[in-house]
Amino acid sequence: MLARRILLRLLQSIPTLAGVAVLTFVLVRVVPGDPVAMMIPPGADDAAVARLYAMYGLDKTISQQFLIWAGQALGGNFGISITTRQAVTGLIFSRLPATLELVTVAAFVAVALGVAMAVIGTRFAGRAGEVVVDGITGFFLAVPDFLWGLAFIVVFGVLLPLLPISGRADPTQASGLSTEFTLIESFVRFRWGITTDVLAHMAMPAVALALPLAAMIARVLKSSLAEQMGQDYALLSRVKGFSRWHVILAEALRNAAIPTVSLTGVQVTFLVGGTVLIEKIFSYPGIGSLAIDAVINRDLPLIQGLILTFAVIFILINLALDLSYAALDPRLRHG
Amino acid sequence: MAERGTLRHAAKNWRVLMGGALLLALVIAAVFAKSLAPYDPLDQDLSAQLAPPDWHFAADAHPLGTDSLGRDVLSRLIYGSRVALTVALVAGILTALVGTALGLAAGFFGGWADTVISRAVDIWSSFPPVLLSIILVALIGTGLWSVVAAIVLIDWTRFCRVVRAETLKQRRLDYVDAAIVAGLTPGRILWREIVPNILPLALVLLTLEMGIAVVIEAILSFVGLSISSDAPSWGGMIAEGREVVHEAPWVLTGAMLVLLATVLGFNILGDGLKAELDPVLR
Repeated sequence: MLARRILLRLLQSIPTLAGVAVLTFVLVRVVPGDPVAMMIPPGADDAAVARLYAMYGLDKTISQQFLIWAGQALGGNFGISITTRQAVTGLIFSRLPATLELVTVAAFVAVALGVAMAVIGTRFAGRAGEVVVDGITGFFLAVPDFLWGLAFIVVFGVLLPLLPISGRADPTQASGLSTEFTLIESFVRFRWGITTDVLAHMAMPAVALALPLAAMIARVLKSSLAEQMGQDYALLSRVKGFSRWHVILAEALRNAAIPTVSLTGVQVTFLVGGTVLIEKIFSYPGIGSLAIDAVINRDLPLIQGLILTFAVIFILINLALDLSYAALDPRLRHG
Repeated sequence: MAERGTLRHAAKNWRVLMGGALLLALVIAAVFAKSLAPYDPLDQDLSAQLAPPDWHFAADAHPLGTDSLGRDVLSRLIYGSRVALTVALVAGILTALVGTALGLAAGFFGGWADTVISRAVDIWSSFPPVLLSIILVALIGTGLWSVVAAIVLIDWTRFCRVVRAETLKQRRLDYVDAAIVAGLTPGRILWREIVPNILPLALVLLTLEMGIAVVIEAILSFVGLSISSDAPSWGGMIAEGREVVHEAPWVLTGAMLVLLATVLGFNILGDGLKAELDPVLR
């Protein structure tokens, strides 16, 4: 049942991916700006320039270029990056783990902080505690992740130099790890010195990404908790003598979770989008900073590969979201 | 009860006042940049590179320090407010017009217009806005007007979604039926009856949108996709300040704080206006 559902959703995502592929290919081709022209040294003769265009396949028509590109893309080959001259696929895969780890940590921080604020705000509903929580969420929402990142750099990187402000790990230490999932691998292999180093590098970008999302989660969860606390079952529990904490945490929270889960899922895709900028600010070596450099250098093969990578990530997040509804709401499991 | 009501009312006014004051400072800085700025924002002084803030009020002092070319940070911040204000006004208002018009059309006429517009909003909103704006500007070329175009292209959905929902709600109210019975044309009903009821909501959204527009411009300048890096803009100063943050943290700090104050100003004003204009909340 579950396997069929996953398969069906994956099949449904094929046309979406194909659409994204065609769209990015066409868009990237029709824009002005010639990446090869930037590489030509002054005084190069016409034949050499033509050879260079032919080398990148830019002498063919757009439809021919698309067919060649699509054929190779199906086999996992997205061509060669124009600026770094490395294979796009390899380049993306070497950077993707850093972004995935960052997004995961940020999402955990956001959920933990958001739920904590919602629960505290609900527990102290109508009192000073609620006003404080509402004030904090309002502030977290108003300030975008971009500004949080910069503020953290000034405060925790320069004024009180507690945390490193760029990179992913201390470059002077050879890690000796075999994958790019540095955080997970170092933890599993008991190289906890590296784990703490990676976490220290991740702390500021992850929290900067997490704060606005945490505030959004807190708002939505708090309003559904308020609704649940007005239900008869919550009142009954209170009359029976259970504490407010107990009613909120053990009873209302589960029932209030669904709107929050759907919001979090949608927002996690925006978290992935937010990494583009946050990685740039913190010189964090993930696919986000790679994307900005690719756009600025007009590195066409890399841009196409990255947009498709982002599209695949968004589709997978939505799939995970769909499945989690079924886990949370028994009514959706049958039918 | 009465006392609480008054208190609440005062708190809302306090928000409008505070947000308004922050934005008034922005407008004054932008309009009177020439007389307010102690230096020409482009004047380089290579003998005073990365000079720290100096509060001695001497004739050649730099109150907020200088950047790596010896340009006065305070003067650049003041001139940078012109870019911010231009983007806030032009991009904000254009976004509001496009989004509101489409939202009204979708909500009022329904049918295929609604289907097409709502579908477009759904597709649009599924892309992360920052990524989309960077790709868009890379496609249409850099510069202030590309940035404005990118903001309008990305953010019209914010207005469209809310205005459509509100128009649907208004459409079902009796006064619209009364206007139909009275023989008013659809265009007249829309313009004379529904638009005035949508206006307060659009105004609140516009205030918030202006803050968002300022941030997007700063982000694109930071990435190097907005106006040229010589012209003073807060995003450009942030990018430069990030490079020299260890030697001269004042460049980044100054630009970050004025951007923060502007964003908060628009947000606080927007929240205050929402509370003032919403009869239910009031």
